[in-house]
Amino acid sequence: MSLFDQKLSVLHERLQKKEISVSDLVDESYRRIEQVEDKVGAFLTLDEERARLKAQELDQKLGTDEAKGLLFGMPIGIKDNIVTRDLRTTCASKILDNFNPIYDATVVQKLQAAESITIGKLNMDEFAMGSSTENSGFQKTKNPWDLETVPGGSSGGSAAAVAAGEVPFSLGSDTGGSIRQPASFCGVVGLKPTYGRVSRFGLVAFASSLDQIGPVTKTVEDNAYLLQAIAGIDPMDSTSVNVDVPNFVQSLTGDVKGLKIAVPKEYIGEGVKEEVKQSVLDALKILEKLGATWEEVSLPHSKYALATYYLLSSSEASANLARFDGVRYGYRSPNADTLMNLYKNTRAEGFGDEVKRRIMLGTFALSSGYYDAYYKKAQKVRTLIKQDFENIFEKYDVIIGPTTPTPAFKMGENTADPMTMYRNDILTIPVNLAGVPGISVPCGFSNGLPLGLQIIGKHFDERTVYRVAHAFEQATDFHKQKPQL
Amino acid sequence: MSRISEEEVRHVAHLARLAVTDEEVHQFKKSLDEIITYAELLNEVDTENVEPTSHVLDMKNVMREDIPSKGLPQEEVLKNAPEHENGQIKVPSIIE
Repeated sequence: MSLFDQKLSVLHERLQKKEISVSDLVDESYRRIEQVEDKVGAFLTLDEERARLKAQELDQKLGTDEAKGLLFGMPIGIKDNIVTRDLRTTCASKILDNFNPIYDATVVQKLQAAESITIGKLNMDEFAMGSSTENSGFQKTKNPWDLETVPGGSSGGSAAAVAAGEVPFSLGSDTGGSIRQPASFCGVVGLKPTYGRVSRFGLVAFASSLDQIGPVTKTVEDNAYLLQAIAGIDPMDSTSVNVDVPNFVQSLTGDVKGLKIAVPKEYIGEGVKEEVKQSVLDALKILEKLGATWEEVSLPHSKYALATYYLLSSSEASANLARFDGVRYGYRSPNADTLMNLYKNTRAEGFGDEVKRRIMLGTFALSSGYYDAYYKKAQKVRTLIKQDFENIFEKYDVIIGPTTPTPAFKMGENTADPMTMYRNDILTIPVNLAGVPGISVPCGFSNGLPLGLQIIGKHFDERTVYRVAHAFEQATDFHKQKPQL
Repeated sequence: MSRISEEEVRHVAHLARLAVTDEEVHQFKKSLDEIITYAELLNEVDTENVEPTSHVLDMKNVMREDIPSKGLPQEEVLKNAPEHENGQIKVPSIIE
């Protein structure tokens, strides 16, 4: 049995009693990485030397008041698009192969203030563009449940590392499903918080109006503890919001009596695999037994979400990624005699195919003569999609559906055609467009591959999302299953 | 009919500061055409009198106190620069 089979609050208590040390936790991480990383490939960079030193330092504080924080001594993995001071941060792109940030992201500062320990940086689709982590510029990460299938993406490393027991917790980022979809594929818990709940300062921007950082964990309770640590307004991110950060763990009462659930027919209709649909219906039965009620509803603009998302996210990305020009940091092409060629060759040699494709799409959608037809049109449809959610939330507490239309697919299966790959995100994308919070929790298996239940809440109502996810989790044992590696 | 010509692809690539080979122009034309054609699905939505959403929360200008603080040390800023000289970042000459 692994130490990481225990939840955060238990590990914390055992540290307090000195039954285990911080070094034991860090050892457990690197021992497991040594054992399975060849197969899983979740990490791009390890920070072993510093992590072990930090563990020794923290072990001196065990038993004192300084060790009372819940995250004290806890090993954590960080997605590689979140900057870490003096620790290589690549966004899984060759263009940032040699980049060592000179500051920490706000979430990293908060984790450090809580004395958690960074184990390493996790693989992803290049600049978070993708749904399988196959777009990484460096390596492929495999799904711990079946090494021939993908872990999902773009936070594939974050989900696979937790599922494989390499770290007990990790951070990912979610622009169109990039935390929830890999959490679903890997059988772990992943939350995309409300837009503005968590500071994006130090998250390398992909689509600024959609990006959010969130926790990936084995249980809902651990997830709530991690969100507690990273949430809150930040003067360095003007889109972070000044709202109360409630006690998320306190909301895990197990009580869902009288809860009103909306189930959009578009989320269990065409394109959604039968066993996925069945797992959601089974989950609804469990929630009904616990005292909740559900009704079928409609989010009529769902079918437009994917097109809206690709236009908006690519447009924002084309502007955000303009900073990678080979001048101030990152890769610089050796083949350039003029400044223009320096820009063009650096970007041509440094970016991968999918990133180039999206920069091209976004530049096109924003270019003169097309702006109104594509970009502005998509922004208007976004309003309608957002209103769909507002209408439902007038009458219901949460929306429930599958996280993904299918279980994890084989590596290489969807790489040939970008549109097929994009369709993976049809159930997660609307949540980012509306800015509301959503979680994926394990809700079954199909041929040995995990399935995820998606629970969506009102703006800043992560408490209800967590409460429902926790009640469901406690009534089932899907989250206790582990992949054989 | 194609939504985007090879000439437009080259123009967009220039705007995006991406060097492209003939083969890539051909590839981009194909995949962009497919994505744009799909995106035209949005044309069937009536958006007359609908305001565009650029930000999901109702936020206006976010202000803060203008308090001077120290900038980053020069050696830190230059640490990641591919080429630098005398405290400045070096690029190919832009003036004859």
